[in-house]
Amino acid sequence: MYFEFYEPKFPISKIYNRNQRHWFVLTLSNLKQHRPKSRKGKINWARSQEADHFANTVKLYRQGKYDADSFRRFRLQHGAYGTRLTSDYAMVRIKLPAGEIYPHQLEKLSQLSEQFSIGSAHFSTRENIQLHWVVLEDVSEIFRGLAEVGLTTREACGNSIRNVMCSPLSGVCPDEEFDSTPYALATARFFLRNPMAQNLPRKFKFNFTCCEKHGMVRMVDVGLIPQTRQQEGSTQKGFKVFLGGGLGNKSFVGYQLEEFTPEEDLLFTSMAVVRIFDRIGDRKNMARNRMRYLVNEMGWEKFQNLVLKERAIVRATQSVVTRLNVDDTPNEIKRPIRISDESGSSNSDGYERWLKGNTFKQKQSGYYSVFITLEAGDITSNQLNILSELIQDFSSEGLARCGFNQDVALRFVHEDDLPRLYSQLLNAGLAKSGALTMAAPIGCSGTTSCNLALTNSHRLAKEIQRKFLELKLDEDDDLRDSSIKISGCPNSCGQHGIATIGFFGGGGRVGKDMYPNYMMQLGGRSDGETMLGISCLRVPAKRVIPVILKIIDLFKQNKKPEDDLKSWIRRVVNGIDDSEIKSMDDIKKILTPLITPPSKTDDPDFYSDYGNDTSYHTKTGKGECAA
Amino acid sequence: MCRLSQEKVVKITTDVDTLRSEIKDKSVRVIDVRREEDYKKNHIPTAVNLPLANLLSDDSPERVIKLINSMGIDDETSVVVYDDTFGALASRVAWTLEYLGHSDVSLLDTTYSRWKSIGLENDNLVPEVQTKEHSLKLRPEILATSDYLESAKEKEGVILVDNRERLNFLEQHIPGAMSLPYRTLATQDKILRPKEDMKRLLDNRGISGDTEIITYCGSVGTLSGLAYYALKSVGLPNVKLYVRSFKEWKGLSKPTEKQEEANYWDLSAE
Ligand code: SF4
Repeated sequence: MYFEFYEPKFPISKIYNRNQRHWFVLTLSNLKQHRPKSRKGKINWARSQEADHFANTVKLYRQGKYDADSFRRFRLQHGAYGTRLTSDYAMVRIKLPAGEIYPHQLEKLSQLSEQFSIGSAHFSTRENIQLHWVVLEDVSEIFRGLAEVGLTTREACGNSIRNVMCSPLSGVCPDEEFDSTPYALATARFFLRNPMAQNLPRKFKFNFTCCEKHGMVRMVDVGLIPQTRQQEGSTQKGFKVFLGGGLGNKSFVGYQLEEFTPEEDLLFTSMAVVRIFDRIGDRKNMARNRMRYLVNEMGWEKFQNLVLKERAIVRATQSVVTRLNVDDTPNEIKRPIRISDESGSSNSDGYERWLKGNTFKQKQSGYYSVFITLEAGDITSNQLNILSELIQDFSSEGLARCGFNQDVALRFVHEDDLPRLYSQLLNAGLAKSGALTMAAPIGCSGTTSCNLALTNSHRLAKEIQRKFLELKLDEDDDLRDSSIKISGCPNSCGQHGIATIGFFGGGGRVGKDMYPNYMMQLGGRSDGETMLGISCLRVPAKRVIPVILKIIDLFKQNKKPEDDLKSWIRRVVNGIDDSEIKSMDDIKKILTPLITPPSKTDDPDFYSDYGNDTSYHTKTGKGECAA
Repeated sequence: MCRLSQEKVVKITTDVDTLRSEIKDKSVRVIDVRREEDYKKNHIPTAVNLPLANLLSDDSPERVIKLINSMGIDDETSVVVYDDTFGALASRVAWTLEYLGHSDVSLLDTTYSRWKSIGLENDNLVPEVQTKEHSLKLRPEILATSDYLESAKEKEGVILVDNRERLNFLEQHIPGAMSLPYRTLATQDKILRPKEDMKRLLDNRGISGDTEIITYCGSVGTLSGLAYYALKSVGLPNVKLYVRSFKEWKGLSKPTEKQEEANYWDLSAE
């Protein structure tokens, strides 16, 4: 084709992964062939008139007929964030309740990312998909496209009930009591556009999960784990409900409301909590108005009582029709008909490695969930299209589920189909190994688009992943359950507080020269033994990788036979290990030589952040809390 | 169909069915702007080949008029141009014809691959063409040069549109330009959005009325050629193509602008 008449999209200096460039994926000639009709979601989240309304409001705002603050609120309510140091662009956040996404929706997102964004889209940590660097005036066109496939951005940002999450393993996890997905969807549906949740003191988050191990229920306003109990000879469904947790400038671990919350009480409990927060939550102090501060200030017992009382009132005053519309007719599981004959490459060693680090054996015999790790959540528009096809060809449930780690999972893949799926993922650049291991770090958007960012946390996560894969650390069983998470500032969008090794960005200084720097925290976790990471020391950006590798080294030298990195770090941060490294102080001592700044003439690279050739300096704009 | 030239409606694209019946009626000259080797394999019946590279090797009016004559095109010939690159290369050729004073030229509304994929006729016959005489009436009002652009930019109300991809725009662009990537203009199977859609999109961007609009892209005016036709398709009367585009602008060391203090490249998964 006529390459010579185009400017390369990427200046060579910016390309780090050139073999995945797809210049002409856009030609109309690449129209895909028709497959049998793909499955569509049962719930239409969209409202098409919101597109026109948004377009008109942008016009009024540009004409000065709408003041900046009201416009900002309006924009956030509709799922559009501001972008780093400019008012010309927005980030559009698309909610995927319970993380469900269907093939035709991925196709549409592929188109929209090509047309209105940067040719890539981003999977977030909260089961949203984001389009960055969208011209504000085009946002309504995106809404229009989303409405065609039943998706919405409504209440994806702002002081509202954010996307209702659900574990990507709900429905397939061997340890779950029952599938909480229908409850997550029903909760999302109840609160979306609900007048009671349009002007909360601050954002509010629900997370449903499958079991203790696979979710973040203590790190969120309302976290829910399904459980059952026997009563009068029958099994009763219900939840463990955790309230008041959250990550942030100050993080808290949530409290369990009561022993057992029966399913009939799920909605009343949720409404009660939202109503209390709405009524007495702090509306003035922006920095301390998440519900966890309210719980903390009031004390758990008082708050707990308030919730139980409020729930009684809600229960008594609601008409009988107020109930969750839980649709738990099971999704049809139908193994797709094999449409081509090529076989996969199960005998390549890449396959075994991928199988080990990226797949999860489901409770349904013969089926696997396959996780696709994306560098810091980024995916090209072409890959979105391929993903859509792969769901149709391989997933017996006909949809994909977003993970918690800026990743996405295809579930109900028959074990006989795994080699073939692997080879197709490989062709598409989607078969990076280690999705379920420490080799898949999280990085928030950082200086790539966030107003508050101090460092390029996004790129750092990519760099760490590349290094880990190069060293094949994804294959190391001792590291498997550990995690690395990075935020570009003290806010916690990158969830550094619950990482085994977490980082948040800041600036360091030698004389008048600044360099990008991270506070490193160790020992965070979000499972049944949830705790927040403890600050260890500040690590310059360009020393983060050597420091992580050094910690792994120390672990290997000092571990006990049954240890993994997570258990070893836990003992060290609690100061109860009996090896040479007994406490955080011992670690600090050993790491300190690694973090000493060189002089600028010796090592100018130390003084610039990833993705920049120029010297580091900090610059931030007004925050909209770009989670 | 008998149309008096004064009454001619500006037709930007020709749909597949219309083109097929025009070919049957022998009332159209079809130009295939793909590479010669592709053309030789197969093409739309009766099409002549004018690879864009050939045109660009010397696009002085004197030479291009000869090319036009040799393709059997005179002032009255109805011309339809197509390519396999979402209409961008075809647009550049169509614009050149317009610039030399040919008024009846339009773009096939889809690509050759699509034409073939829906099973439409094609062959590898090279038509016999009788040379014709085309007049030369340059239309400078649809061309922007770098000098013109530089002065026009200062004028109130002139809109400068950059049709490269968003990341290229953020990295560097002509000061004051607005980013409207070429992909925004198309749909899945048509080289241009339907008129109402296009109108709404442009209207949201404040592109409407009789404002003067100048389009540019990376190097030779292909992507911006498509944008030229996109703007014409909604009836905007005053559109110019900066045909030498950003490549020349940079070559002349004219001022550029960039989106500072943000690492947007690192968001790309490519
Ligand atoms: S505000 Fe959130 S997204 Fe922005 S840099 Fe801080 S942690 Fe990252």
